[in-house]
Amino acid sequence: MFEQLTERFETLFKKLKGLGKLTESNIQDALKDVRRTLLEADVNYKVVKNFTENVKKKALGEKVLSSITPGQQFIKIVHDELTSLLGAESQEVKFSSSPPTIWMLVGLQGSGKTTACGKLAKYFRKKGKRPLLVAADIKRPAAVQQLIILGRNLNIPVFSDSKKLWQNPEKICEQAKKKATDDDFDLLIIDTAGRLHIDKDLMDKLQSVKKKIKPHEVILVADAMTGQDAVNIASSFENEVGLDGIFLTKMDGDARGGAALSIKAVCGKPIKFIGVGENLDALELFYPDRMASRILGMGDVVSLVEKAQETISLEEAQKLEKKLREQRYTLKDFYDQLQQIKKMGSLDSILGMIPNLGTKALKGLSFDEKDLTKVEAMINSMTKKEKERPEIIDGSRRRRIAQGSGTSAQDVNKLLKQFSMMQKMVKKLNRPDLKSLGKGLFTS
Amino acid sequence: MFVLKKLKSGLSKTRGNLLKKVKELVGLHPKLDQKFLEKLEEILLSADIGVEGTSKIISGIKEKSKKEDIGGSEKIVELLKDNMNSIFEDSYKYDASEDLSTTPWVQMIVGVNGTGKTTTIGKLAKKYLDDKKKVLVAACDTFRAAAGEQLEIWAKRVGADMVRSQLGQDPASVAFDAVKAAISRKVDVLIADTAGRLHTKSNLMEELKKIKRVLEKCLSGAPHEILLVIDATTGQNALSQAKFFNDALGVSGIVLAKLDGTAKGGIVVAIASELKIPVKWVGVGEDVSDLEKFDSKSFVEALLE
Repeated sequence: MFEQLTERFETLFKKLKGLGKLTESNIQDALKDVRRTLLEADVNYKVVKNFTENVKKKALGEKVLSSITPGQQFIKIVHDELTSLLGAESQEVKFSSSPPTIWMLVGLQGSGKTTACGKLAKYFRKKGKRPLLVAADIKRPAAVQQLIILGRNLNIPVFSDSKKLWQNPEKICEQAKKKATDDDFDLLIIDTAGRLHIDKDLMDKLQSVKKKIKPHEVILVADAMTGQDAVNIASSFENEVGLDGIFLTKMDGDARGGAALSIKAVCGKPIKFIGVGENLDALELFYPDRMASRILGMGDVVSLVEKAQETISLEEAQKLEKKLREQRYTLKDFYDQLQQIKKMGSLDSILGMIPNLGTKALKGLSFDEKDLTKVEAMINSMTKKEKERPEIIDGSRRRRIAQGSGTSAQDVNKLLKQFSMMQKMVKKLNRPDLKSLGKGLFTS
Repeated sequence: MFVLKKLKSGLSKTRGNLLKKVKELVGLHPKLDQKFLEKLEEILLSADIGVEGTSKIISGIKEKSKKEDIGGSEKIVELLKDNMNSIFEDSYKYDASEDLSTTPWVQMIVGVNGTGKTTTIGKLAKKYLDDKKKVLVAACDTFRAAAGEQLEIWAKRVGADMVRSQLGQDPASVAFDAVKAAISRKVDVLIADTAGRLHTKSNLMEELKKIKRVLEKCLSGAPHEILLVIDATTGQNALSQAKFFNDALGVSGIVLAKLDGTAKGGIVVAIASELKIPVKWVGVGEDVSDLEKFDSKSFVEALLE
């Protein structure tokens, strides 16, 4: 996500770094670039205008600090302005003191509401909540069915009008609320029908559901790829229904994410969650400062460390460190590491958080999760002995491994070569260079 | 035929915005000067026409004003029309007729998640059925929960035959069955629904390529049409979507869905200006009949009249 925006800023800042001082004229050029960059990223032109004006005001008013170059100073101003535009700090998710907490998801058709419901339910069950999903989209063909299937996969109950008793979203929600209170569910997540923001009737209906049910949060589910219309969508929903937060979906594509800036700027409501993949655990909380850093190519180490802590236990890490030091690193360890990385999320999202990796360097690499599956299959097809001492793998063993894993002998060769390179590196290293590590492993 | 009236009502929001804004501007700035053009640029950008499309239009107007005295800003609507039309003409010659003489005529519908593929298929099937064609739809979206059910409801609604699938089944195998069924049942048009996918996921794009290969293998010449469905509310990312899908599959046309809801539609100009893929259909409403053949001249008329 945001790669292209990031890339633009990188070139822009490279130009700026060479500047001796900030003057009205060289700021003007830089601002023009900033403006174009943001416009191409689908940020609304009014938002862009305010943004560049604020940056200009601050850049010209600021005294040049002796410790940093004027270029760095300008970047800092842009970063601060971007952070404040995205929302100065992250928004904690609040729960009602008298459960159930009720969330209602609203949005345009195809923005990803139903999937978002599933993701939220999964995420907050992990945090100890007892969620109940409510299928109140009775308009789109098979929408109820979709939520029921998601619920079944997650093992989370779904409340639906399966007997067609009510056939009305308002009544369905009321009944769901009753059920939640009776059966002790503490989080009610309501999926609503997608509607166009210019459809007055449907917006009124949403309003009346809101009045009846009194949700604690009305969350706008918005597609990160939305164009200039994002401001109209956000402001319509804000004015007609009233919003408490935003869930930005499809952030794992190459959308430049301008919609995030526009929506935030226009309705002033915080972006709380982002969807970063098709799987139901591909949900992240939104941190404005981290996102600003990410947009400007400064990486997001905090999120990376948090993710690692969530998935890798201290014990495991110490064990691995010891092995590395004693140079007993085997294919088995490599396999375990792969599993841990997989638990952290998609490779793309992990690599995106590493600072200074440079979008350019990453561009040539295609991180196909399938390659990893191949590697796993090959290692799984090896005997214990082979995993510990890969040098014993000869032609016949290689053929067996290839056959067992559905790969070719060349694939096995490639893996072994890369592993031996890695071992050599491990020997040299006590300071892992992530860049070359990544390159050796995942490119062909 | 391209029904101008329907498109006009569908585009009313866009038109209201674009035309209204331009007219307001003309009221404020009777002179066609730098300042006027700057304001005009903002209006065009806000309609998702994109940086490149906008600068093409603006420089076109500038050039014209250099060559001849075009007077004040009151003629600007005409100038805009001319420039937009020339962008479309430069980009592609589009022949609106479809040659359905080969049967089964196989169509593959692709796009990112949530753009409206399944709905578009329902509408397309209706069009062909109205032309007395025998239509079969294939549920090659085996990934998203209840996608097959959604397609089935549409198929029933319009009265098309359908090849079902299991969740998690290899979509290419569904495509295989569908072509076999289409041939044996003497179907005129086969429309294959596929799972939505972000164009940057290379493994998922590989899956699409496989579906295409299977179609080709079962029936030489198939798929005869690969339509990319783009959500009209999408911004400049639509260009990236078109590019990736085109590189992977060779897209023969674009369906612009949900054009009725957006205040924009300018993305059509952006796509024409930067890519050579013709827009073939536009979705202009929620009703099953709300799908129109796209014609650039009528589109520009509807946009600026």
